[in-house]
Amino acid sequence: MFDLSGRTALVTGASGGIGSAIAKALSEAGAKVALSGTREGVLEEVRAGLPGEGFVVTANLSDAESVNSLVGRAEEAAGSPLDILVANAGITRDKLLMQMKPEDFDDVMNVNLGSYYRLTKSVVRGMMKRRHGRIIGITSIVGVTGNPGQANYCASKAGMIGFTKAFAQEVASRGITANCIAPGFIESPMTDVLPDSQKEALLGQIPSGKLGQGSDIAAAAVYLASSEAAYVTGQTLHVNGGMAMI
Amino acid sequence: MSDVFERVKKIVVENLDVEADKVTESASFIDDLGADSLDLVELVMAFEEEFNIEIPDDVQENIRTVGDAVTHIKAHVS
Repeated sequence: MFDLSGRTALVTGASGGIGSAIAKALSEAGAKVALSGTREGVLEEVRAGLPGEGFVVTANLSDAESVNSLVGRAEEAAGSPLDILVANAGITRDKLLMQMKPEDFDDVMNVNLGSYYRLTKSVVRGMMKRRHGRIIGITSIVGVTGNPGQANYCASKAGMIGFTKAFAQEVASRGITANCIAPGFIESPMTDVLPDSQKEALLGQIPSGKLGQGSDIAAAAVYLASSEAAYVTGQTLHVNGGMAMI
Repeated sequence: MSDVFERVKKIVVENLDVEADKVTESASFIDDLGADSLDLVELVMAFEEEFNIEIPDDVQENIRTVGDAVTHIKAHVS
């Protein structure tokens, strides 16, 4: 089950905790994986750790031109067209709305949602021709539940979910599925530095009593990328230890 | 250039799975040939490949009949 041999994937934000875990899991399932991000050194390290073929294609997702050319560069590097797009890259500019500057809002929307639109648009043409494709948007639990201090981030993540539902309906008849994965709290350098008291309060909200791992998200991505998930489209798969049941 | 219509016709017949004699200059892709909006996007992609041209989005919106497609392709092929 979930054999991705012969498939080619692009993972954005592949230098981060979740992105690198997804890249590794896709590679373990047999896919060739193009890794995109801004930190070339880290991407090279991730690539070196993949069991299968990997390629590094840097991109700055705040730059529209860089995003528009990314799919072409990834396909050129891999030497094959993309079957799987995992749009995982994202940024935060957390502030209470009262303090949120227009650029805090615009930057987050542009990188998180704008790049999702651009990447999807540039990859869908080939997928339509080949009658096969998998688009996976990594959104967030807060895109559904909200979170104070993250109005911009929550809007961008909720936007990805709506975008995915519309797009999924447009291309379903062509063998292309589009789904989101909504991680809850995932262990990362960011959560590692939280004070113990805050960690405990956080864990109190998670029925499974622990933070998630990058590999938990990666397993969901492998499933959605697989042939077995062909009948699943327009969905948001929540991977959050029961923190929110939607 | 005279074969543009015939080449367009061939693509339309293959893509939309319609009878060749229904593909006339005045035939509307959506109203007469049973295409939906996504079929139309795919047809334009096929035209772009066949004639090695790029049909801009705003021009695509104005392609409603087989004749429209032929006219635009003739204008773009040098």
